[in-house]
Formats: sequence, structure tokens, C-alpha cells
Amino acid sequence: MSLPLFHAILFYMFAAVAVGAALAMVVQRNPTYSAFALIVSLVSLAGIFGLLGSPFIAALQIVVYAGAIMVLFLFVLMLLNVKEELRVAGEGRVSKLVAIALGAVLAGEVGSVLVAVRTPVAAAFDASARAVALLLFEKHYLYVFEATSILILASLVGAIALAKRDPSP
Amino acid sequence: MNPLIVPHALLLSLALFAIGVVGVFLRRNIITVFMCVELMLNAVNLAFIAFSRSWGNLDGQVLVFFVLTVAAAEAAVGLAIIISIHRHKDTLDVDAFNIMKW
Repeated sequence: MSLPLFHAILFYMFAAVAVGAALAMVVQRNPTYSAFALIVSLVSLAGIFGLLGSPFIAALQIVVYAGAIMVLFLFVLMLLNVKEELRVAGEGRVSKLVAIALGAVLAGEVGSVLVAVRTPVAAAFDASARAVALLLFEKHYLYVFEATSILILASLVGAIALAKRDPSP
Repeated sequence: MNPLIVPHALLLSLALFAIGVVGVFLRRNIITVFMCVELMLNAVNLAFIAFSRSWGNLDGQVLVFFVLTVAAAEAAVGLAIIISIHRHKDTLDVDAFNIMKW
């Protein structure tokens, strides 16, 4: 089997899994199952990143997203002992239909732009960790990178301050 | 590389983003809503990577790196807010969160 064909088969497989898991996440009433479906979707997206020639971002996706962030979500779900979403009697079909219609309108709008957009395929493409790091640390992104470290520190302090129990009731 | 992969990756990113939007409207558990937002961020990341591959430009990769960092910070602060609200309201239903309503 030729390599491009193999790539294409892998791509459509990952794409189908990503969309299927995302749909499972949305229709699921139990948030813990939703979280696991989202992990599956994120991991198959990492595979697609790898197929698009970005091994560094694919690795980051698995380590940071599927690893760290989703573990944080599951940790909070376990901590709060979340039950299944209750079915409310007045929860009408109308709101669901409006939600799906709005999503379809958005998809139609952006899709009509996306099919018109020109997407050549660059001949030489090197997105290894070395190439990305050179751009990140040597060119004009260094100060932005330093700013994100301050953002992380601020969010760390903010998360601790927010989740802390009030000392005085 | 198969030249059809890039436009199809863009369509995949659109599909994932639309699913995330529908989820935000549809679900009432605030943690699920939050996960839908994460899915939308990922759909945008996929678009960045696809355009980066398409034009042979690495700036898209750097932007995805920053989106990942901001998403991590956002998840930490957002989940802390959810814990703090849950302590006061004892529910995770978004319809119950109206303390900022004027």
C-alpha cells in the first residue's frame, strides 16, 4: 500500500472517531462519560495533528490536553460527586431544535467560506520541536512566551484563592 | 501528502466547532458546557494546524502553543469558580446560576 493512501485512511479513521466521540460527549447526560468521550476525541485530534506534519503539537495535545486538563476535569467531577443531568418536565423540544438549528446555521455559514478558501500544500514543511522552538524563542515570540508564564502564575494564584474555603462564614 | 487532507481537516474542524456550539446550548450541567468550550478551542487549533501545513508557515504552530497555555489557565480558574459556586448553590445546573443577574 502506498504511503499517501495509508495516510488518507488513517486521517479519515481519526476524523470519524473524533466526530463520533464529540457527538457522544454532547448527547451524553452523565458528565463523567462526557469527559471520557472528550478524551477520545482529543487523542484522535492528536493523531490528525501528527498526520498534518506537526509531531510537536501532537505530543503537546496528548500531554497537556488529554493528560493534564482532562485529569483536572475528572478530578473536579469526582470531587463534586456529579450525578446525571436531571430531566426537567418543561425542557421542551423547541429549545433543542433551536440549538441544533443555530449550530447548523453556523456550520453552513463557515462551511460556505471554507469550501471557497484556497489550500495549497506547502512542499517543504518542518514543524519539529526544534523548528517551533527556534521560532518561539529566537524570533518575536519570546516576550509573548514570558507573558504566558505570568498568566499561568496568575491563574494558579487565582484558582487557589477562588477554591479556598471561606475562613469566616 | 494527499492534497485533499488539508481542506478535509478544515471541514472536520468546522464540524467539531459546530458540535461544541450545539453542546453549549443543549447541556445544562456546567462542567459539560465547559468541556464543550474546550472542544471548540480544539477545533480552532485544528484549523490553525491545517493552515500552517497548507502555507508552510510555523506561526500557526506557535499560536496553538499559546492557545494550549491559555486553555490550561482557563480550565484551572474555571473549575475553581465551579467548585466555589457549587459550595454556595449545591447544584451544577446552569439555570440555577443567576447571582449576577441584575
